[in-house]
Amino acid sequence: MMEQSALFEYVLRMSDDSLILAQRLGEWCGHGPILEEDIALTNISLDLIGQAISLYDLAADLEGKGRNHDQLAYMRYEQEYKNVLLVEQPNGDFAMTMLRQFFFDAFRLPLYEALMQSPVEQLAAIAAKSVKETRYHLKHSSEWVIRMGDGTDESHKRAQDAIDHLWRYTHELFYVDAIDHALLADGKIPNMETIQAKWMTTVTSILQEATLEIPKNNWKFEGGREGRHSEHMGYLLADLQYMQRAYPNMEW
Amino acid sequence: MSTIEWPLWEVFIRSKQGLNHKHVGSLRAPDATLALENARDVYTRRSEGISIWVVESAHIHATDIDDAASFFEPSDTKIYRHPTFYEVPDGVKHM
Amino acid sequence: MTQAEKELRFQEKIDREIKIEPNDWMPDEYRQTLVRQISQHAHSEVVGMLPEGNWITRAPNLRRKAVLLAKVQDEAGHGLYLYSAVETLGTSREQTIDDLHSGKAKYSSIFNYPALTWADIGTIGWLVDGAAIMNQVALCRTSYGPYARAMVKICKEESFHQRQGYESLIKLCNGTPQQKAMAQDAMNRFWWPALMMFGPSDAESTHSDQSIKWKIKRFTNDELRQSFVDATVPQAEILGLTIPDSNLKWNEERGHYDFSEIDWNEFWQVVKGNGPCNKERLAARVKAKEEGAWVREAASAFAKKRAMKKSA
Repeated sequence: MMEQSALFEYVLRMSDDSLILAQRLGEWCGHGPILEEDIALTNISLDLIGQAISLYDLAADLEGKGRNHDQLAYMRYEQEYKNVLLVEQPNGDFAMTMLRQFFFDAFRLPLYEALMQSPVEQLAAIAAKSVKETRYHLKHSSEWVIRMGDGTDESHKRAQDAIDHLWRYTHELFYVDAIDHALLADGKIPNMETIQAKWMTTVTSILQEATLEIPKNNWKFEGGREGRHSEHMGYLLADLQYMQRAYPNMEW
Repeated sequence: MSTIEWPLWEVFIRSKQGLNHKHVGSLRAPDATLALENARDVYTRRSEGISIWVVESAHIHATDIDDAASFFEPSDTKIYRHPTFYEVPDGVKHM
Repeated sequence: MTQAEKELRFQEKIDREIKIEPNDWMPDEYRQTLVRQISQHAHSEVVGMLPEGNWITRAPNLRRKAVLLAKVQDEAGHGLYLYSAVETLGTSREQTIDDLHSGKAKYSSIFNYPALTWADIGTIGWLVDGAAIMNQVALCRTSYGPYARAMVKICKEESFHQRQGYESLIKLCNGTPQQKAMAQDAMNRFWWPALMMFGPSDAESTHSDQSIKWKIKRFTNDELRQSFVDATVPQAEILGLTIPDSNLKWNEERGHYDFSEIDWNEFWQVVKGNGPCNKERLAARVKAKEEGAWVREAASAFAKKRAMKKSA
């Protein structure tokens, strides 16, 4: 039972990452730098919503309290969301959005690849489906990081500014606590250190190709995994939950 | 008001194994890599393809409309190239 | 060949239902009409993303969020197909978009009305996309090849747009009284603007005759508007929504519904830029273009650098 609830918490964290990032990317729809990229960002958002639905369904199953994916996605208080701070950060300019996406994709891909081996069958199945989507996301965000970094002086500066700003949130991607330790001990989830090493390899090589630099300042922000969010989260949830809060208990 | 415009690319999609790539439309992209990614997002959202070609539109050479008569009409009279030109007695099979 | 002979041959092709292709000879006015109509259509798709886009972050559940996102995304795709069709006529996308931003080119006025409640999203899908489809199906047989092909693709994709809207309204109309009232309110606000989407009445329409002769258009504005009313009234009855027109009734003799005269004053006011959201819509598009300029420049610069490295 203990383990069931640890797994619930673990899956919930992943679900929230997907949902909150999808929500942010959805804000771009209709405002992209060119129509083709508008469509691309929307596609990534749609993939993430799909992943969130599968993950919430699994979380709901594990919890066994009869909640469905919408109740989990829409009906919790801010402190109950366990996404990393990185994904809730505002879109900013296209560089900020793409760097945020790149840092996340470079983390998600090795995570899904490893989770495909998980003995938790449903989780392995979700990972197997999502890994293809995520591989494409990482390809797309990497292409853009390289183009911005090695494009014009302005794009280089914007990309570097985005890295300098977002770097403090990347450490939290590899956050582990008692929940992770318990699941790792049971062989249910991969070791975060391995994921982090792969992340670092990807980030180093892409940033190098992009002529961008890893910041020296290693200040770290975290709290999202424990439900302590940045100020941006409240506004994001006010939008996300608006209909469910304003018109409770109705079907749409 | 104008800034740099990305080149135009023509997109060809193979819908399934065994069929030709077929022209489906065009799009703008700065280079071939992003042209392929854009084509994927714009033209295959509903499982329309398993393979994509992109060609920069500037690289396509087309026949001139004014030459159409001399290019294509001469073949119209070569009806002996078509099987229906030949008479075969009734009852001959497998031909 | 003289100009008159060329025009005669062109009209013969049209009459024989032979499609006109980009490199074919065509009267300047045919080209201009197409550029105007297709770009207006393209702009409508892209500006049309904005009112619905407003609700993506507030969609009431994950299924609706995904559906809305996919729908608005389709509209970007449709805009892109249509801009490409304009490019085959020798006008670049950049130029076409600049004309929108300078106010020279128009787009459908319907998108100058605000999307105020969640019911508006269903109603836009049902009525606005419904009206658009009425137009678009007719355009699949338009005489200009690239336009016709773009429309075929668009119609195929659009078919889910109207259905998702109607399905969403069924939920509201079978839901709580509050939800039903929300749906009726949206109906009240969108009915007349939806009818206006077919454009001025035939008597007032400046381009209609020639466009029909050239088979750019197959039906007049009033014919399409009538078809739309006839198709929509029974759908409203199933939802249990009241159409805000006391003169609406079946005319046995005509075999069509009669309906009130449109408030043409409102129509022309919105066309002229005095609708509730004209300024905001255009400003959003201009902003997206301006803020995206450095992104497009970066990618171009990168492509140039790589090409030079390759040839070096």
